[in-house]
Amino acid sequence: MIETDQLTRCYGNLTAVDALSIRVEPGQVLGLLGPNGAGKSTAMRMIAGFLIPTSGTARVCGYDVSREPLKAKRALGYLPEGAPSYGEMTVREFLQFIVRMRGLKADAAYRRFDEVVHRLQLEEVLGLGIDTLSKGLRRRVGLAQAILHDPPVLMLDEPTDGLDPNQKHAVRQLIDTMARERTILISTHLLEEVHALCNRVVIIAHGKLLADATPAELEQRSRYHGAVSFSAPGAGMSQEMLGRLPQVASIEVDPLDGRITVFPKTGERILEPVETLLREQGLEVSEIQLERGRLDEVFRQITTQDADAGRNVSSETAE
Amino acid sequence: MSPINAVMRRELRSYFVTPVAYVFLVIFLVLAGTLTFYAGDFYEREQADLQPFFVMHPWLYLILVPAITMRMWAEESKGGTLELLLTLPLTLWQAMLGKFLAAWLFIGLALLLTFPIWITVNYLGAPDNGVIAAGYLGSWLMAGTFIAIGACLSALTRSQVVAFILTALVCVLLILVGQPQVLDFFQGALPRKLVRAIAHMSMLQHFEAISRGVLDVRDLLYFLISMIGWLIAGVLLLDLKRTR
Repeated sequence: MIETDQLTRCYGNLTAVDALSIRVEPGQVLGLLGPNGAGKSTAMRMIAGFLIPTSGTARVCGYDVSREPLKAKRALGYLPEGAPSYGEMTVREFLQFIVRMRGLKADAAYRRFDEVVHRLQLEEVLGLGIDTLSKGLRRRVGLAQAILHDPPVLMLDEPTDGLDPNQKHAVRQLIDTMARERTILISTHLLEEVHALCNRVVIIAHGKLLADATPAELEQRSRYHGAVSFSAPGAGMSQEMLGRLPQVASIEVDPLDGRITVFPKTGERILEPVETLLREQGLEVSEIQLERGRLDEVFRQITTQDADAGRNVSSETAE
Repeated sequence: MSPINAVMRRELRSYFVTPVAYVFLVIFLVLAGTLTFYAGDFYEREQADLQPFFVMHPWLYLILVPAITMRMWAEESKGGTLELLLTLPLTLWQAMLGKFLAAWLFIGLALLLTFPIWITVNYLGAPDNGVIAAGYLGSWLMAGTFIAIGACLSALTRSQVVAFILTALVCVLLILVGQPQVLDFFQGALPRKLVRAIAHMSMLQHFEAISRGVLDVRDLLYFLISMIGWLIAGVLLLDLKRTR
């Protein structure tokens, strides 16, 4: 479990993290989302015990990171931003160093070492210097370092940054398999990642918590939620008809590919009436889609509001 | 294995993986040897001791120890590995001690490798080997103090160059402060007691006392307290960095 209570961090006049209170339970994968410079990494550094908070507290598995730092650090696996590691060491030396630092017992350590190396597909590079590895491999070495002691709490700062799509998929699978009984906090600015991994999302900007919800709840806030979009050649005349449907609020046409998006009035379901109408008109619809909502749009909308408006959003979600 | 040991082993290994260790050893051994014979008049003195050898050590350390210690924390700050290290389950003290011990053991190794000169002097005459052993001990203690200063000042900055210059500067001050010329300069301006106190701060004075074979507790304490003091300052600096 990770808990922060009014966690605050100032750099001179700049408040990087502003009274952030979040709580992540076992079994949850919380995605910490925010624009660059929002305070994601600073918050994580405080939870990991690297930076000392200006005020407020952070607890890992119930241990206050300021009062019982060693116990908190033992319970935590942490991948810092950019996955730093000692470049002059080989992958094997580096991971063995972590094993020693973590005080893992000999036979258990060997088994765990092999398992982690296998899971992150590092077998072939064990003897290579970390400096010579690609960015993606280095990231995987960093991940291996974080999960080597099989921690109950895992905190990963941009875990898939710099990986190719296949590697991203592999890392997401790894996190997914680890997720069941663990507490996982990841920071990311990839919205696809939120869909793929997280069952909860916290959005912060300027150090303030702006939203705390499930991905589905966030999608519902999108104006695209419940909208119906379709492509149909010669649908120009049907636009007027669609607009006359009582459930429809507005219609937009993509100027590039002519795709038509129909927006519902609040609380209305419009897939069926739109389909019926199109069928009656005898239009050839090549493909029709019910939109779930667009996270990127919600993200933009939330993070570009000014701080005051942001506070309202967060109090809404708190209710 | 304890975290101190793990950090120490990692540091030592990194000396030998990067060419730092070999460059240091070669330069140290070559300079220690040639300076003893050419600048120290080892033969011309016609005395069976290693005074001309030990006299050079403060000046060798002045250049070479900062080169070892400058990367100690500055490199970790710059490369981001400081965050990795300090989020592993160890205290700042353990990290500092591990790094300090690695450098101190390494200098110990360098000193051991000067054994041919000890063999030479024993071949040429009949020196007092107790005095020579005390000389080695004094030299090693002085190196430890230089390392502790370097460890502290490396924690101050992300720049290795700045760490090197600051360390060399502090060390040269501590070497020179007991010299008669420096004391004469203060003689007029400061009360006599203060001048004497300044003279006691001099590293050279304590080192020379030990390397003459006089093992006075006060000289040993001087080095031990200096080391502990600078290491505490270094740990405090690292802690301060986490709040800033």
